[in-house]
Amino acid sequence: MTSLITTPNLTDHDGFYAELLATHKGLSETQSHALNAQLILILANHIGDRAALSEALKLAAKDLR
Amino acid sequence: MPYDYKPFPYHPPLGLSEPEPTHPVIIVGAGPIGLAMALELANHNVRSVVLDDNNVVSVGSRAICWSKRSLEILDRLGVGDKAVEKGVTWKVGRTFHRDKEVFNFDLLPEDGHKMPAFVNLQQYYVEQYLAEAALEHDLIDVRFKNKVTSVSQTDEIAHVRVETPDGCYDLNGQYIIACDGAKSTIRAMMGLDFDGELFEERFLIADIEMQADMPSERRFWFEPTFHNGQSALLHKQPDNIYRIDLQLGWEADPEVEKQLEVVIPRIEKVVGHSDFTLDWVSVYTFQCRRLDRFVHDRVIFVGDSAHVVSPFGARGGNGGLQDVDNIGWKLAAALQGRANCALLETYNTERVHGSDENILNSARATKFMTPSDGAERLFRDQVLALAAKAPFARAWVNSGRLSVPAIYPMDAPDHDALPKVSRPGAVAPDAPLGNDWLLRGLGGQPVILALGCEIEIDGIEVLNPEVSETLKQRYLGTLETAIYLIRPDQVIAARWAHTDPKAISNAINAMWCAV
Repeated sequence: MTSLITTPNLTDHDGFYAELLATHKGLSETQSHALNAQLILILANHIGDRAALSEALKLAAKDLR
Repeated sequence: MPYDYKPFPYHPPLGLSEPEPTHPVIIVGAGPIGLAMALELANHNVRSVVLDDNNVVSVGSRAICWSKRSLEILDRLGVGDKAVEKGVTWKVGRTFHRDKEVFNFDLLPEDGHKMPAFVNLQQYYVEQYLAEAALEHDLIDVRFKNKVTSVSQTDEIAHVRVETPDGCYDLNGQYIIACDGAKSTIRAMMGLDFDGELFEERFLIADIEMQADMPSERRFWFEPTFHNGQSALLHKQPDNIYRIDLQLGWEADPEVEKQLEVVIPRIEKVVGHSDFTLDWVSVYTFQCRRLDRFVHDRVIFVGDSAHVVSPFGARGGNGGLQDVDNIGWKLAAALQGRANCALLETYNTERVHGSDENILNSARATKFMTPSDGAERLFRDQVLALAAKAPFARAWVNSGRLSVPAIYPMDAPDHDALPKVSRPGAVAPDAPLGNDWLLRGLGGQPVILALGCEIEIDGIEVLNPEVSETLKQRYLGTLETAIYLIRPDQVIAARWAHTDPKAISNAINAMWCAV
């Protein structure tokens, strides 16, 4: 059973994207990595769906190697 | 066939031999916005003089993508059908990453609108049609080769000094409208700030003529192999002309890039052959800037003189026509003594709002296309990688968010159960009406649209059409009755499910700022 949503599920895509980049603005590369890592953990906790998170990890890793 | 640039005639103006009476409106600039402005004012029975330092239409295609709203406005000015007939109607856009299509979109214009979602037509054709209409109009006095060399104003009057091939003269107007483009001389002469962002990026823009059986689609590439990892756009225009935009990088030298031996090989790589002729080429930078205020007492800025945006999103020419739409009826009312300057001030607030929306969207698209190193680049590249794997990421791919009319923030009577598409502040959605169209029955004057009920108000036209399925969908939703007050620019000013003449009369007064 698929539980990960892969179709658009967010309003104001462009606004979120702009806010995300604005949050990164002025950070060093290391700080940016830290921000991304913390953000993933925060969102994972918020999602709270273990199976969906596994699928998300697989989707992100796909075609990377 | 390349476009045949025919010069417009110059006639020595009256002002050279005797003082001219004060004109109601002097429009500076006979580009698409200045000419549309003159025609819009003429529709409201206002005379104008249009001054232009040049005597030909725009060289090169420049603004090519005309939105549905622009076509509706052009239709009111009498050239909409011509523009659609000559133009290339399109609705499909394809986005590529490297050489693979990531996704495509279909603007899928729903049925029941007179005008299509977008038409591609070179700016010179739009200018030609507007100029022909303006030159024929009794209320419009177009003066080519008339260059404004100074501007000033008092509480009562605005003044320009004008240079012609036969000498200089002075001209007074109750209002001056600056439609003199991104490099506005009126703006410069008044020493006004033009604030915003300049993006450190250069794009090559070219029109080529070629015999090709290309579909009428917008094609955009991120990092194509044919153009060294940068962005590219290909878009079809009439007369077998294709628009090509190529990202060059900030280091590029504009003069070198315009040379044929540099341009031609770049384009050969895009189209895959050398069987084309180069019609026009230019190099531009991205800017997103605007004036702090668009109304400076008796001098009003309209179009690119007031605000500029980067081109991906078709928000320059289309934004300018929305300015024209917004100011026309207000200025006419002020000149004809039906409104005070509070109404003109709403042009400032509403179009600053519209302009900010255009600037926001075009700045975001520009950032996505030309990310700086670091997080911007990282997320841009990974959005593109993810878009190939999952549909949701495609919503983040930004090669320009195409122009839609602004919804003006409005504190006006409204009813929650009525459809969102026709809320106060929005342009009234078109719908078939008998053998004609709703929008052709609106505009010029305020109108009450009464659906499912009858109402009579002194001094205002009431439209009481039979409720078709389309009207029901766009104006009634689940309700049985609705009453709409629609402004002369076809923007919805107020709406009710049920109401009384007193409430309508209050809303009409509020529309004219007469409260």
